[in-house]
Amino acid sequence: MLNTTLKAFIWSLVLLVAAPVFSSESEDGETTDVNEMIMHHVKDAHEWHILTIEGDDGHEKHISVPLPIILIDGGLKVFLSSELYHGEHVEFTNTKGEKEHYLVNEDLGYGLYHEKIYKLNQAGRLTFEHGHPTNAKPLDFSITKNVFALIFSAILLFVLLKAAVNTYKKDGMAPPKGLAKFIEPFVVYIRDDIAKENIGEAKYKRFMPFLLTVFFFIWVNNLLGLIPVFPGGANLTGNISFTLVLAFFTMILTIVSGNKHYWGHIFWMPGVPVPMKIFMAPIELLGVFTKPFALMVRLFANITAGHIIILSLVGIIFTFQSAAWGFLSVPMALFINVLELLVAFLQAFIFTMLSALFIGAAVSEHH
Amino acid sequence: MDLVTPDIGLIFWTGLVFLLLMFVLTKFIWKPLMGAVNNREENIQEALDMAKKTKAEMQELQTKNENLLKEARVERDQMIKEAKETSNQMIEDAKGKSKTEADKIIENARASIESEKNAAITELKTQVATVALEIAEKVIREELSSDENQKQLASKLADDISLN
Repeated sequence: MLNTTLKAFIWSLVLLVAAPVFSSESEDGETTDVNEMIMHHVKDAHEWHILTIEGDDGHEKHISVPLPIILIDGGLKVFLSSELYHGEHVEFTNTKGEKEHYLVNEDLGYGLYHEKIYKLNQAGRLTFEHGHPTNAKPLDFSITKNVFALIFSAILLFVLLKAAVNTYKKDGMAPPKGLAKFIEPFVVYIRDDIAKENIGEAKYKRFMPFLLTVFFFIWVNNLLGLIPVFPGGANLTGNISFTLVLAFFTMILTIVSGNKHYWGHIFWMPGVPVPMKIFMAPIELLGVFTKPFALMVRLFANITAGHIIILSLVGIIFTFQSAAWGFLSVPMALFINVLELLVAFLQAFIFTMLSALFIGAAVSEHH
Repeated sequence: MDLVTPDIGLIFWTGLVFLLLMFVLTKFIWKPLMGAVNNREENIQEALDMAKKTKAEMQELQTKNENLLKEARVERDQMIKEAKETSNQMIEDAKGKSKTEADKIIENARASIESEKNAAITELKTQVATVALEIAEKVIREELSSDENQKQLASKLADDISLN
């Protein structure tokens, strides 16, 4: 079984490596840019793209959910993203000599290039230098695809957990029923094997809300990210901003709750000669930041990688312009997708586990 | 590079939503959930402890009962033995007493018979003496009824006296 899977995997890798060679040989300009498609999916956007269909006139029609754009640019400016997406298409040639376009709404005075909002210049255009716009960027607090997914997942999580908790109110002593039967083992596991194990019986309680929320929030967003259609499919947990904030909270908790043992170990390592103490202090201090940094990168990289692999496998079909490739790429994508279900849980678990470990090291009384 | 550049908007919203979510979940979900779970666990622990305790108590009670039963059995045996002894004793006593009583009655009877007999003999003796006297009187009277007889007797008596 394992051998067969391994073989299939190696074959698909070989094909993936070979894919660009073949695709570059295709003669017409209609090849779908798989790289562009993947990057577009993995990154944030100001609208929620659902489907592209070919209209009667041969032009592509995009079906998408417009999302509100909120800008701070000398006051608060709020408008729907459709005003930009349905704006003027301005074509230009980039540094590689390829044709690209950006979107412009001259009434609003903003342009959109690679999902970044720029202020337009006097001529109502963007100015490019070395392939990057030099126009000023307003502070962008838009409800983007990821922000929408963020809020949606928070509400979904609350509703699901509330439904689970309601079963307790009716009958406190009875064994958990329905959704609570599913939720409770995780809560108990986090309490007993993550919090108590790493932080200790005496102090774990204070950190339980953070650990539980982090675990379920990451998990639910990982899973939602695997659903291909709206309102799933946003690569929220694979976004560096999201993981940065969560890792930042872990860091803050570690720093705030760190006791004198913890700081003693960092600045004046006991049990080593004085020159070593001086040498160790900056390294240990750096560790305070590298640990949450690793948390941030781990979650971001794992989830983004998962999305890229699945999209690449599906992309093989379009790269080779042949549906026959689906016989290989679809089972492979399915395999990776199932694997991602495991990864979704695993990454949520690891993030929670390591957060508890870091907090535990900061509050531990003995060494 | 775009991929690893943090975006201020998403950072702001993530921070806001996460903090809000944490507070809301803590208030409405984690507290009641953990409370219910802890409560149930404590209850189960208590029930288990209670069962253990009750079991030990039962064991103790059983041992006690057995001991009590043993003691009761011994006591019963003792009591039966004692009762038997007492009854035997009583029978023995009754037997002895009745014999003494009977002896006593017999003795009494014998004594009264003896005294009655003596009385009868005395009476008989008196009666016989009286009768003898009367007879003697009658005989003498007869003897002395004629002068001749009186002479004869007097001579006889005189003879007797002369003989002496």
